[in-house]
Amino acid sequence: MFIRRTLPLLVAGFFGIATIIQFFVPHPASRTFYNMVLDWMIIVTAFTYLMAVQSTIELHTTKIKRKVEGWQYSLVVLISLGITAFIGILGGAFTPSTILMKLIPAFKPSSTSPLMYTYLYMQVPMQSTIFSLLAFYMASAAFRSFKARSFDATMLLVTAAIVTIGRVPLGEFIYKGFPEIIEWILKYPNMAAQRGILIGVELGMIATSLKIILGIERKYLGGGK
Amino acid sequence: MAISTSIWIWISALLTLAIYSFLYKDNPFYKFAEYLLVGISIGYGISVYWHNTIITKVYNPLVHDKDFLVIIPLLLGLLMFSRFFKNYSHLSRIPIAFIVGAGTGLSIPSSFEFLFKQVQGTMPTAFTIGNLIIIIGVITTLIYFFFSMEHKGFIGKVSRVGITFIMIAFGAAFGYTIMARISLFIGRIQFLLSDWLGIIK
Amino acid sequence: MKFVNFINNIDKRWIYLLVALVVIIPFVFPVGCPMRITPPVQSMYNYIEDSIPENGVLLVGIDYDPSTMAELHPMAKALTYHAFYNNLRVLFVTMYPQGSGMGQDIIDKTLTQWNSANPENQKELGRDITLLAYVPGVSAVMLKMGENIPATFNEDAYGNKLENLPVMDGIKTYNNLNYMVELAGSSVVLSWLMYANGRYKMKMGIGTTAVSAAEYYSYLQSGQSNGLLGGLKGAAEYEKLITENHGYAGRKDASVGMDAQSSAHIFFILLIVLGNIVFFIKKYKEGK
Repeated sequence: MFIRRTLPLLVAGFFGIATIIQFFVPHPASRTFYNMVLDWMIIVTAFTYLMAVQSTIELHTTKIKRKVEGWQYSLVVLISLGITAFIGILGGAFTPSTILMKLIPAFKPSSTSPLMYTYLYMQVPMQSTIFSLLAFYMASAAFRSFKARSFDATMLLVTAAIVTIGRVPLGEFIYKGFPEIIEWILKYPNMAAQRGILIGVELGMIATSLKIILGIERKYLGGGK
Repeated sequence: MAISTSIWIWISALLTLAIYSFLYKDNPFYKFAEYLLVGISIGYGISVYWHNTIITKVYNPLVHDKDFLVIIPLLLGLLMFSRFFKNYSHLSRIPIAFIVGAGTGLSIPSSFEFLFKQVQGTMPTAFTIGNLIIIIGVITTLIYFFFSMEHKGFIGKVSRVGITFIMIAFGAAFGYTIMARISLFIGRIQFLLSDWLGIIK
Repeated sequence: MKFVNFINNIDKRWIYLLVALVVIIPFVFPVGCPMRITPPVQSMYNYIEDSIPENGVLLVGIDYDPSTMAELHPMAKALTYHAFYNNLRVLFVTMYPQGSGMGQDIIDKTLTQWNSANPENQKELGRDITLLAYVPGVSAVMLKMGENIPATFNEDAYGNKLENLPVMDGIKTYNNLNYMVELAGSSVVLSWLMYANGRYKMKMGIGTTAVSAAEYYSYLQSGQSNGLLGGLKGAAEYEKLITENHGYAGRKDASVGMDAQSSAHIFFILLIVLGNIVFFIKKYKEGK
């Protein structure tokens, strides 16, 4: 019980309170402690990514083992992951590794690494294209659900229309005053509401942080005993 | 300019088109590209972690610089792998507690500082219409999000004003979002028309 | 009513096709509308132009991935060029592994293009520009940079020890950097403002996706950021500034997209208007 529940809460509480105190104490010892905590955090965080990788691999191996519908695509994930990681680790991240240059002399220190080829010519086009699909969905949404149903909706509609038309060169060409009007909207009414939301969110974050340090908020430890 | 002869540009173009084919309807080409992306991006992530983090921050300091202090966070990090052993999985909570505890502790003073700057910016330095709008907007928006009080009577009226401000802000954000989505598509079209087909410069 | 029903039941794919056409056509037949510079872009440009001495250091946060590169990549490129024109050193830093690839792509392309166009003022990796190694931890990394930048990263992304790189000469903490432009479309901007700007007083500007631009006006007004590039339009304005003041003649990724951006925006307005006309006709008919 102690190791399962109490110890993690004590660890979180200790480092939470100690780093807050550190902020107000300029003593060299406090500074050394601060630097040590930062160094540790950097290295420990690195392992969280490996955990994420592991769980993705596990998810797809299970899919393949159980032959669930579309398991062939999970095979695509695992094979492409394996190949990319292999050429990445062996061949270097951004410039060719020494091993690669020994094996294949065509690779010079200034050449592009094999990993960057998969990144630039496969990952980049696919990822950016997937996100660009949103342009199409947005068009369909603008047509179907963007209606002046009430006073509030009309305010939203009018502001959106002014920003949409006035923020592009053609809009500036149609009416010269657009840039000033939009800057005004952004700087005053928009900024005021955004700041109200921001202050609310920040207060919420501070409250959650305090709850974590005091051991009231424990969701981050996951379920179980 | 003419159509590209680079095999890599062709691969990019075909993958791009495979994803756009989803707009017509879901199909195996799209699915293939989607899953390929997952695999490649994780493989890329592992490689960057390996060279830039594991080698740079753990292996080199430990092996070349003989900096043995690295061992403590290393062991702490390795504890995360206890998750894969049923009887010891609770040990993985310790490094997580460390990260979360230290992270929140570090963030609290800076969050207050940040908040202070935002509040300070709201205080008027001169009496102008703009400053008045800012003060009214910030306060009414905050009241609108203050759910502990029932939005009735005076508070109800004030929060109505807050909603109007919020709607203007959402409208501006919506207008900008249209711009953003179109830009992403423009980026792909530039690639297809310029790098691949060579129709434009 | 027939018309209303037709419009209401139209297959989405026809709308998709029209979106594609309104973007593609302006690329084939460009018009080139004139464009005005907005104050937040001008103020960032002015700061880099006038307030950073020669050989000063510009830190650029490459905290985006391929999904938003269409908007942020042109900014990174224009900023790097601007720094090169003024003989500033450039450091790329990223909080995401995906950002490293983006940074590497910009460094590779700008160095090649710059060196072929400016044989009298060659720029070199490691001497004028570099990409710091990706180190995980976000807030811990930003805070550690305030204590000791070389000890935060140890090496650049290419495996060179930072202490051996001329580009790192005299750089220990944020105090030795002149300005930072953070390019991102996520909450990492808030972290930079909290830690680098708030705790260590790093002077900052922000380049962001259009989605976040309206939100970040709060940071502009509070003085936490002294400039803001919003979306592709912001990048295009910056390209215009370096073209007019420094004779930039390379490919202008953002500016060439402006015609398509304009026509697509008009198309969206038409869609919204049409959608509302249909909505009101239907409401009127149903009310009768």
